[in-house]
Amino acid sequence: MDNQANPGTTRQLWRFHGGLHLPDHKALSSGRPITPATLPKRLVLPLQQHIGAPAKALVEVGERVLKGQMIAQADGFVSAPLHAPTSGTIVAIEERPVPHPSGLSAPCIVIDSDGEERWTELHPHAHWAALDAGELRNVIREAGIVGLGGAGFPSFIKLNPGARTEVDTLVLNGAECEPYITCDDRLMRERAGEVIAGARIMRHALHARRVVIGIEDNKPEAHAALRDALARVDRHDIELVQVPTLYPTGGEKQLIKILTGKEVPSQGLPIDINIVCHNVATAAAVHRAVERGEPLISRIVTVTGGGVAQPHNLEVLIGTSVDDLLAQCGGTTPTLSRLVLGGPLMGITLQHRGLPVTKTGNCVLALTPGEFGQHGPVRNCIRCGECARVCPANLLPQQLYWHARAKDFDHAQDYNLFDCIECGCCAYVCPANLPLVQYYRYAKTEIWAQARDKKKSELARERHDFRTERQERDKAERAAKLAKKKAALEESPAADSEEAKKVAIKAAMERAKAKREAAGVEPKNTDNLTADQQRQIDEAEARRATEKKNESANERE
Amino acid sequence: MTNPVISSPHVHGPANVSGVMLRVVYALLPAIAGCVWLFGWGVVVNLLVAITAALVFEAAFLALRRRPIIITLRDGSALVTAVLLAVALPPLAPWWLVTVGVLFAIVFAKQLYGGLGFNPFNPAMAGYVLLLVSFPQEMTNWAAPAALRSGDLGLVQVLLHSLTGALPTGTTMDALSSATALDTLKVQLGMAHTVSEIRGGPIFGLFGGRGWEIVNGLILLGGLWLLWRRVITWHVPAAVLGSLALIATLFHLINPELYAGPLFHLASGGAMLGAFFIATDPVSGATSPRGQLVFGAGMGVLIYVIRTWGGFPDGVAFAVLLMNMAAPAIDYYTQPRVYGHNRG
Repeated sequence: MDNQANPGTTRQLWRFHGGLHLPDHKALSSGRPITPATLPKRLVLPLQQHIGAPAKALVEVGERVLKGQMIAQADGFVSAPLHAPTSGTIVAIEERPVPHPSGLSAPCIVIDSDGEERWTELHPHAHWAALDAGELRNVIREAGIVGLGGAGFPSFIKLNPGARTEVDTLVLNGAECEPYITCDDRLMRERAGEVIAGARIMRHALHARRVVIGIEDNKPEAHAALRDALARVDRHDIELVQVPTLYPTGGEKQLIKILTGKEVPSQGLPIDINIVCHNVATAAAVHRAVERGEPLISRIVTVTGGGVAQPHNLEVLIGTSVDDLLAQCGGTTPTLSRLVLGGPLMGITLQHRGLPVTKTGNCVLALTPGEFGQHGPVRNCIRCGECARVCPANLLPQQLYWHARAKDFDHAQDYNLFDCIECGCCAYVCPANLPLVQYYRYAKTEIWAQARDKKKSELARERHDFRTERQERDKAERAAKLAKKKAALEESPAADSEEAKKVAIKAAMERAKAKREAAGVEPKNTDNLTADQQRQIDEAEARRATEKKNESANERE
Repeated sequence: MTNPVISSPHVHGPANVSGVMLRVVYALLPAIAGCVWLFGWGVVVNLLVAITAALVFEAAFLALRRRPIIITLRDGSALVTAVLLAVALPPLAPWWLVTVGVLFAIVFAKQLYGGLGFNPFNPAMAGYVLLLVSFPQEMTNWAAPAALRSGDLGLVQVLLHSLTGALPTGTTMDALSSATALDTLKVQLGMAHTVSEIRGGPIFGLFGGRGWEIVNGLILLGGLWLLWRRVITWHVPAAVLGSLALIATLFHLINPELYAGPLFHLASGGAMLGAFFIATDPVSGATSPRGQLVFGAGMGVLIYVIRTWGGFPDGVAFAVLLMNMAAPAIDYYTQPRVYGHNRG
């Protein structure tokens, strides 16, 4: 492909269905260079800031930590460690409110900074090209890097295509299609070199045939900066492509379709079509982790919206509270009516200002009533089909709505509920003002819950079946044993049999004698047992106990 | 500050149901003005009666169903139903005819099914068909175009006629009304006249019925405006008019003396109103673009079949209702291919 000289002009692009041209409001903050946020006094770090298992704390309350020191380790394969964003003291490890759609609390490590910003010892890998893919992935995993575009999937996993899979294209997502957000734009403008360096490391780890960086054409400065950076390092294996501005181009599936014409299979992953997609900010973080040895302890956050006095792009330590960020942007205006973490189409409502910024928090959006757009009364669906026209997954949102509303989850799945990416296009255009995405989330959660219940009951049934089988087997074995014994007795010589009879008669007589004596004297009492009797009882007790233990062990199986 | 949990998206576009409905009414204004100019004040009286009745019935039924009255009335759907029916009815219709039509449209075809969004049939057309089969005489007394009638009635006189049936002395209904072009064609073809003979009559204009062709042109204009404002998409009107024109052309080529040409069919009767304003009703129509093409094409064919071989001069209302029945099945079989699912 010969478009290195003039990148992005000759490439064929494809289209995805639907999409929206939205007022982008990016001018509020796109002119604001990245500024380091002031060092907060206190940082709250949720143990789960990624998809997968929460990290496991490595520190204790009262312990002093250094900047960049690992304070929680990955727990399992799909997990990510956590590092101290600054030096200070651990003051608490407890449940705190975290940014979550339902306003939940979750375990967090709380650090009070000492203001000294003393770094732990770092281990940069200047000659990363000498490392093999596995070693690189380990460095990236240990640095706690997760997808910074919003989903937060541990990045090292997405850099592991598997031994037999060849990666054709590494797509770097610089679309940043949601209105208001400008953090990736500023990153690409100001740190283009870091993005390119990260892209090269990722390419090395994946053995990808080519790298394509997709940028929406409303960010010409970012495009120019990356072009210049590419020219400086003389990289011809990285392609820069401007794509038309259309929400949600930044969706992984949508960007892949635009750049390659291929579609990620339903319920599948990009790697199924030999593509891997990472955010540009993740690439920059990979560069820092590998070439400087710095773990992921900060990110760029756009603080914007009509409800904030001076919008900014801040370089923020993970765990800084939203309140601290708002204060640095001149505070909020009296008309502020909703705080959102993320963009206006997919972000989550922040229930209060004290919540911390996490690894995936790209934007703090302070919305005023005037920015919500028209919100009339909620009416019945008139089946106008506007939602279907804008759906980037080419679903029939109105049908999904009917079935979700009727709790007819089977039909909702027939209409491919799980291909919905929750981009919000349908709800944005709905003339009846229906909260469509909310219905889809509800249906998905219900289906997941049902699946869990089903699994549980299946497990219980299996266990029950197993137990019945075992009991029958035992019965059969006992019967077999008994039959064998009986046969053995019948087959034994007559002399022996006579002997046995004599012994049995003698024993019975002795038992009867003992009984008579016992009845005559006093009721049997466990207080004055002979040592021999006591030993026998103990033995019996011990036998019963082990039997019981075995029984319950079988139950658990 | 504590915020309630509000699910994304946090912003909304400018579209709302009332806006959609109002635009449909605006788009009909040129055609209504044309009707007044060509057929007299009758349509205005129809509109007054129909809108009043529609709002009263809708409010009454919302009250019975314990639904919010003012908010629901403001969705504009009752207004649209009333306007569509008023435009479709003969301009000199008596008040009770209009009222019965509106009653059936609003109460039976809409509210009893659960209100806007739940009606399987287009309410205006359901009302129209009820009147057509129940009161055929009143429904075929169409006002004669200005050039053909003797004497004109003022607004007050038309209103009086509508309410009491009284006409000024010296005027008769016969002098004011005439059969429509479609009606005339049908009757005279039945009397073994040829199409060219019939179309020489005074009731016929350049393309279709005299006067009707202008009103249909104005409806087309309003429809194009709806397209431009993206209230409707091109699929349904293009499919209705395209299939009607195609099938009319086919038979016209086979025997031009037995079958009128495509332009006549497009410019007569309710073809334009049906294509742009009735069949595009989202609630009772097909939803997916492919489904809309099937829906519209089926309607065009049905219009032609009913007009040519059926018992009624025009078939738009029947065609709409028949296709309404088919809409769920059409939608089921024309689902789009979802992203990431195999082609074919």
